[in-house]
Amino acid sequence: MGYSAWQIIREGLTGNRGWKPVWRDPAPKSEYDIVIIGGGGHGLSTAHYLAREHGLTNVAVLEKGYIGGGNVGRNTTIVRANYFLPGNSEFYSHSLKLWEGLEQDLNYNVMMSQRGIINLFHSDGQRDAFARRGNAMINQGDDAELLDPAAVRRLLPILNFDNPRFPIYGGLLHRRGGTARHDAVAWGFARSADRQGVDLIQNCEVTGIDIENGRVTGVQTTRGAIRAKKVGIVVAGRSGQVAAMAGMRLPIESHVLQAFVTEGLKPCIDHVISFGMGHFYISQSDKGGLVFGGDLDFYASYAQRGNLPMAEHVMEAAMTLMPMIGKAKLLRSWGGIMDMTPDGSPIIDKTGIDGLYLDCGWCYGGFKAVPASGFAFAHLIAQDRPHDTAARFRLDRFRTGAGLMDEEGTGAQHNLH
Amino acid sequence: MRIPCPICGERDSREFTYKGAAVAMQRPDPDAGAAAWDDYLHLRDNPAGETRELWYHGAGCTGWLVVTRNTLTHRILAAGLASELAR
Repeated sequence: MGYSAWQIIREGLTGNRGWKPVWRDPAPKSEYDIVIIGGGGHGLSTAHYLAREHGLTNVAVLEKGYIGGGNVGRNTTIVRANYFLPGNSEFYSHSLKLWEGLEQDLNYNVMMSQRGIINLFHSDGQRDAFARRGNAMINQGDDAELLDPAAVRRLLPILNFDNPRFPIYGGLLHRRGGTARHDAVAWGFARSADRQGVDLIQNCEVTGIDIENGRVTGVQTTRGAIRAKKVGIVVAGRSGQVAAMAGMRLPIESHVLQAFVTEGLKPCIDHVISFGMGHFYISQSDKGGLVFGGDLDFYASYAQRGNLPMAEHVMEAAMTLMPMIGKAKLLRSWGGIMDMTPDGSPIIDKTGIDGLYLDCGWCYGGFKAVPASGFAFAHLIAQDRPHDTAARFRLDRFRTGAGLMDEEGTGAQHNLH
Repeated sequence: MRIPCPICGERDSREFTYKGAAVAMQRPDPDAGAAAWDDYLHLRDNPAGETRELWYHGAGCTGWLVVTRNTLTHRILAAGLASELAR
């Protein structure tokens, strides 16, 4: 089924009764070559690239809820490649390149909008740090421009430049960064995986992982046992519970991250903006809502809702940076489960169990990684060796201390990122 | 969230700083080996449900608390002084 202008007009005039589901709803088969646990953005993208890059289509994606119902359907939709450290740098650079060709690859409009990201800075030291980051981005082959206060003022006249405590000294502009429509990303990957023959099995919760003689043989689910030669775990905030089914403990604590959206407004924020002196970032959705978020609540949580102290902190940061936002009415807020690693960087690796693979630890930055994570995880599962872009995302780096990627420089222990 | 501090009584959670799982109280011997230290520093049960964790009452009595809390509901079931529980 197409989405041509003619089709949309015709459906609009006939009560939208002609649309059909765009992916099948198959019952699980008793056996697959590969089972992916988790039908979020990363799981769907893994399935897509298994089929597209490696020709592997005897694959099932098991989702305990419905497609697009997890973090991929609830996030702040930001896409960027402005990382500093080797490991993250090449990985997110690859991801942004995949984003740039994603609509053609999926034949689906994911509303990729490279509106530019501006990271503001508010002191000489912070300017130096961002200049250094910008150079690292350019060395990686991506784009970065250091803006002086006048240049920021031309782009973002709505900001409070003269706050006595946090004056704006400039910003780092990453033009190729921006946003994408999160739901469409999930639907596009799902449709593509389904069309290539992957079974997307919803309402199917994994309850056990079968292991014989150190080798995975399948999974137990609420819809019966499924045998599999290889199993990939890509379940974000629930990584701890699923890994426990295979007898593993992970270097992960699940935390809550809140985000907020206002009522729809006329266009007023053209870019993605981040405040350098308080955890706050904001963009405007195509519907007009101001979408913004802040830091973790900083305690372990699976509640999918946060508490008011962090909400208050985020609102204070917003009012400090752009007082005009005080006129907007908040429409809703939500909290998602974040799989936090000690160093704040992800894991894409084999486990100690043959045929069992792990993709987790995306912390609060999983959305922008959706294409490259799936690409690298598919490569790992299909070829049994890591893809070059994700070779540093090792599970054992915490035990050995080698190759830690502490992007914030706060230390590689829990609850610091 | 409100945390019942054994010294100060029930207080707003923003008076406290979260440290993490109470595993921090079981520090291994210096020569216990890499696996034991990895276990202690990095690996976590990360339960969806009841968990024991350390909170520091910085804006109150400055005591370290062991708080039993449900991570699915944020309900706090118990709180005691770490100094007493460690004995």
